[in-house]
Amino acid sequence: MIMIALVIHTQAIAQKYISKNATITSFSEAPIENIKATNKKVSSILDLSTGEIVFSVPIRDFEFRKSLMKRHFNENYLDSELYPKSTFKGKISGFGSSDGVYNSVAVGELSIHGITQNIEVVGEVIVKPDEIALKAKFPVLLKDYNIKIPKILFSNIAESVEVSIEFIYRPYASN
Amino acid sequence: MDLLNQENVDSTSIIYAEATFKSSRVINGHSVELRSPGVLEFLISHRFGLISDGIGEFFGLDDSNIRFGLEFGVLNNLNVGIGRSSFEKQYDGFIKYRLLRQQTGFRSVPITAVFFTSMAINSSDAPPDQDWSFTNRTSYTYQLLLARKFNPNFSAQLSPSLVHKNMVELAQDDNDLYALGIGARHKLTKRLALNFEYYYMFNKPEGRGLHNSLSIGVDIETGGHVFQLHVTNSRAMIEKGFITETTSDFFDGDIHLGFNISRVFNIGKQKNTDW
Repeated sequence: MIMIALVIHTQAIAQKYISKNATITSFSEAPIENIKATNKKVSSILDLSTGEIVFSVPIRDFEFRKSLMKRHFNENYLDSELYPKSTFKGKISGFGSSDGVYNSVAVGELSIHGITQNIEVVGEVIVKPDEIALKAKFPVLLKDYNIKIPKILFSNIAESVEVSIEFIYRPYASN
Repeated sequence: MDLLNQENVDSTSIIYAEATFKSSRVINGHSVELRSPGVLEFLISHRFGLISDGIGEFFGLDDSNIRFGLEFGVLNNLNVGIGRSSFEKQYDGFIKYRLLRQQTGFRSVPITAVFFTSMAINSSDAPPDQDWSFTNRTSYTYQLLLARKFNPNFSAQLSPSLVHKNMVELAQDDNDLYALGIGARHKLTKRLALNFEYYYMFNKPEGRGLHNSLSIGVDIETGGHVFQLHVTNSRAMIEKGFITETTSDFFDGDIHLGFNISRVFNIGKQKNTDW
């Protein structure tokens, strides 16, 4: 009896995949300068049985080429003291459990700067024996999240920022 | 999401208080802000004449004195700088070292503490009847800058200061002058802040028309520049000058209009090289 309970338990856990230190890159293309920022402290959980996915992005961990850019990003645009995290909660459909590359769609709620929007993202799910990788690229319109760029800086910062995500998941084991 | 939050609890991340002040100066005096390694800041500061001089002097604008400064982030905690002021033809140099950094998270530190020391050399001609040696021309300032960012909008700073002058005006004057600076910043909008600064002298020489330095101003930020506009009763822009040699009375209307403009350049190698 205990054995059966254990087996069921392990199976339930094995459906969940976790990705720590995943990478998100944001890229802003504007006439004066292109600004790229990389965040390697993103964490995510993917439930294979339901397709549910969540991820959490600590805003302060975006790294820029210039230190002043990081400071302005946190202080003037993202208000990271008030909104330290950006999150996504949604569902991925269109992928199977056998090995392969699947073109999938994720639908869910993306929260940035204290504002939540429904988004739909097309991406790739790559299933391997002990690993699942997720790749996607999507635009984030700054005004959708009430991030204001002063007119004087329009040529330095794009109104739409391209966000790339690259997550690698491994089976989740709670400890 | 709950599971994710649970996973993140054990993280040993440190959250530093960023941008306690917008600029490396509160107004005249240094703030606890340091430039990042590899960042060079070019600072142009102006103080005009007295507004109370009236229309004949175009409210002081006919008369201006200027300081050019170059400041550099050497290490994460260390900045150095040099400057030249037209007032008294002073050359100055400083070293700024951060001892503590305000942070929360893994370790909690309530304030930022910075040790500051500067040297100034007066290169103006000595009066005809006097002979000034190099030693006579130098003065030193030592400060401990203690600041806290209380919330995203309000920061305050205390700056215990010691100014040592190798040469003083009269024989009975102290060579060492002690002062306490009080500074504060209140953000009005994201790019506009109101600043206040006051230096109280403990052993101010009496009967010489000396006053404590008082300044009020705004910081305006536009991308790589910070503009600071202010009114102050101090003419000098170096520590020994504004802390101990302010001769105007703010409340008599003897104030100077002034501004600081800073521009930063990235000249060193940045850590993040995947650009």
